[in-house]
Amino acid sequence: MFGRLAAQRLNEIRTAFRRTPQASRSFSTALNYHIDSPDNNPDLPWEFNDTNKEKVKEILSFYPSNYKQSAVIPLLDLAQQQNGGWLPVSAMNAVAKVIEVAPIRVYEVATFYTMFNRTKVGKYHLLVCGTTPCMIRGSRGIEEAILKHLGVKRNEVTKDGLFSVGEMECMGCCVNAPMMTVADYSNGSEGYKYNYYEDLTPKRAVEIVEAFRKGEKPQRGTQNPGRINCGPEGGNTTLLGEPKAPPCRDLDACSAE
Amino acid sequence: MGLGLLASRALRSSRIFRNPTNSVLRTIVSTPELNNADAAAATAPAPVPSDRSPVGGARVHFPNPDDVIEVFVDGYPVKIPKGMTVLQACEIAGVDIPRFCYHSRLSIAGNCRMCLVEVEKSPKPVASCAMPALPGMKIKTDTPIAKKAREGVMEFLLMNHPLDCPICDQGGECDLQDQSMAFGSDRGRFTEMKRSVVDKNLGPLVKTVMTRCIQCTRCVRFATEVAGTEDLGMLGRGSGEEIGTYVEKLMTSELSGNVIDICPVGALTSKPFAFKARNWELKGTESIDVTDAVGSNIRIDSRGPEVMRVVPRLNEDINEEWISDKTRFFYDGLKRQRLNDPMIRGADGRFKAVSWRDALAIVAEVMHQIKPEEIVGVAGKLSDAESMMALKDLLNKMGSDNIFCEGNGKQPNADLRSGYIMNTSISGLEKADVFLLVGTQPRVEAAMVNARIRKTVRANNAKVGYIGAAADFNYDHQHLGTDPQTLVEIAEGRHPFSSALKNAKNPVIIVGAGVFDREDKDAVFAAVDTIAKNNNVVRSDWNGLNVLLLNAAQAAALDLGLVPESEKCIDSAKFVYLMGADDVSLDKLPDDAFVVYQGHHGDRGVYRANVILPASAFTEKEGIYENTEGCAQITLPAVPTVGDSRDDWKIIRALSEVAGIGLPYDSLGAIRSRIGTVAPNLLELDERTPATFSTSLRPEVSQKVSSTPFTPAVENFYMTDAITRASKIMAQCSALLRK
Repeated sequence: MFGRLAAQRLNEIRTAFRRTPQASRSFSTALNYHIDSPDNNPDLPWEFNDTNKEKVKEILSFYPSNYKQSAVIPLLDLAQQQNGGWLPVSAMNAVAKVIEVAPIRVYEVATFYTMFNRTKVGKYHLLVCGTTPCMIRGSRGIEEAILKHLGVKRNEVTKDGLFSVGEMECMGCCVNAPMMTVADYSNGSEGYKYNYYEDLTPKRAVEIVEAFRKGEKPQRGTQNPGRINCGPEGGNTTLLGEPKAPPCRDLDACSAE
Repeated sequence: MGLGLLASRALRSSRIFRNPTNSVLRTIVSTPELNNADAAAATAPAPVPSDRSPVGGARVHFPNPDDVIEVFVDGYPVKIPKGMTVLQACEIAGVDIPRFCYHSRLSIAGNCRMCLVEVEKSPKPVASCAMPALPGMKIKTDTPIAKKAREGVMEFLLMNHPLDCPICDQGGECDLQDQSMAFGSDRGRFTEMKRSVVDKNLGPLVKTVMTRCIQCTRCVRFATEVAGTEDLGMLGRGSGEEIGTYVEKLMTSELSGNVIDICPVGALTSKPFAFKARNWELKGTESIDVTDAVGSNIRIDSRGPEVMRVVPRLNEDINEEWISDKTRFFYDGLKRQRLNDPMIRGADGRFKAVSWRDALAIVAEVMHQIKPEEIVGVAGKLSDAESMMALKDLLNKMGSDNIFCEGNGKQPNADLRSGYIMNTSISGLEKADVFLLVGTQPRVEAAMVNARIRKTVRANNAKVGYIGAAADFNYDHQHLGTDPQTLVEIAEGRHPFSSALKNAKNPVIIVGAGVFDREDKDAVFAAVDTIAKNNNVVRSDWNGLNVLLLNAAQAAALDLGLVPESEKCIDSAKFVYLMGADDVSLDKLPDDAFVVYQGHHGDRGVYRANVILPASAFTEKEGIYENTEGCAQITLPAVPTVGDSRDDWKIIRALSEVAGIGLPYDSLGAIRSRIGTVAPNLLELDERTPATFSTSLRPEVSQKVSSTPFTPAVENFYMTDAITRASKIMAQCSALLRK
């Protein structure tokens, strides 16, 4: 009897720890394999445009001619910007052709790096930080609020093609957690913006989304009016006066002794 | 409920809180001394120098005596050449290191971490496969630290492994299974959901269960480095990492079956063999492949009367440890379309099964009624040396000298052995730096030779020039031209490629056996000889002049002197003895000719036959085959014969008895001593016998080369002979994988 009870208890503990029993693993990126669709298949033509062709030449010039494949990440980035924020399979093939490797070598890189989007994204790609400090400060609530407001799932594009929401790992902004990044492709690859919005609340996050929808560009950085950049709320609390020089540098004091 | 809750609380408090040292989370390290550092130091095994022999008979070569370093493996000193890894040093010392990702024929990845060993003065265990051995290194392979490290790796590998061994085809020959017996725990501590991965479609040969994959990347490296088809890759990151092609793509390599062997787990298994048998039920017979002229060493795994699968055997000189897909998967052809009774075609054109006595009596009677010069014998591409010897003796005794082997052309030149074998030898190709391929597409004609050329191209940056119809190569090559005129240009030094040949240290010329069928073959060979002479291709220390044969029987047939007296013997034949010959053209054969077909498959030859004599296939008999480099090897019977069929040479021996001209041998030993008087090299088994005289002794030819382009000798890689044409798997491959 005790054995059965112990097993039951163990199960209880397990289910308590397991938040989402079914979809135990979800990744911030898309699938690791490609499924042909009308707007993303290898038969679609894709080429770098004329301005980017110059950039391709410039990027390639950074690397020795026998190590062209080193240019794969900058070229994929260029291709992604040209294509409005995502990489169709034909764009990866085009990159493979430029750097003279088998396409699979490019797919390997593109699937490894989560900032290469292999499915369509909106004009504003909202990336909510999901790493521990932001999670503790409520990033899940923010993501939930945005998803609910937009009526989409993660990595889905809204019907008007304006927004998509994804998850990102730490972007080094933990001091102002929680935060999200907005990759702004609304002005093409020339006016591409990649801005951080910090100190979010679910309400403020939805307001920012609405501002983007209206075509406004909300102020980047902390959204807490009481703070300046990453300074503390209500003004500085330390380093209020001119800092003293370290004692060993005080040569006058040294010589006086 | 209340009671249960109380009880569980009591349990929890007693187990977790009151007695934290004796926790529920049982330690899974099976080395108790590790829990106590002092005890570990006390019980550490004292180095006992033992007389150990290298793992798997590994051989050590010291190219330069100065480059020898000494390391200590478990206290035992070993001398190894500089540049070897720690793992190789351990192997030479006789210590087998567990590994998953390391494979001696592939590049080093170092990502499975199973081969961790302790090295003195190293702060943590090192991955021995990727660590170069340094002089004086003290390597410890059986210390508690090394064992604990491997146990940790094994636990992580098993974390996401489905543990579905009972339904896994790799069960029983699985590296993960074997090594988990040594380093695995009987329970796991991982309570989360296991990862699952979508299966990939790699074609009709390789079955994938990607959830079992442990990401060793052996298959990716094999596809990239050996097979030369960069289709597989490692996609994604972290625990989402998976092997795949990203876009839907079949693995269109002629060597794709080898990924089944190199996969250490059951992620890539054989599709035709799936759920057919367990490996411990199979009887292995060490034999030789006859589907091409390479003579790859194979093991035929059979269960009862059925061949279940074919796997490669290691032979460094011929096929290393790979075999082609045709060799590996043609075996289901052995179960289809088999001839199992002697048959005679009646007046209505239908075959009727008869007894051996009747069938042989009819053949003997007809044979005696026909003029000797109208009797023709044709040996098929799968014939062994014994049966060809017997057939030649039978026909010679009947007074006919019209016997030949299909594929050798109308007027084969059997005078100089160096004129039809691969003089460089297959493993010798690795020393070459320039290749000139004349009318041959090694990728479809001899996949294993092609793998060697590719290996050489990768290792030495060897140049490859190719003359022939546009073809698919899996290495860099220059297509020089399509017809023999290009050859003449090179011979005369007018072609840009001649300078490459001239500057080469070890040039190799490979002429395809398809050239044997050309009208201007003598002129082509004369041009090749000129090129060889001008570029120092044949020297005392190097012979780069090669012929790449197509069929298993060809070399032995020419050694035994199966050369027809007349070029057009078929046109005037009244009696034709086809010994497994299905690809010989019988269009010009007179309608009233009597055709005997002796063979194991109801293939093309049977359509025209009057009498069928069922013979055994190469898996059912013992026979000598000589491969394209002149190495005689022997097949052994793996399964019993089908129906009433008999070995080829026995049928001919019996026929000679019925015909009243009894051949003077009654056993394999006797027929082999007869072979010894004609071609003694065929009896030197498993040893390559080089040709004695070079082709420079060839007589002058006045023939001029024509401008007809070289034609591909093999149309369909997957279907080249009677067995492969009967195979369903090969038919699927031809439909799906040919470009």
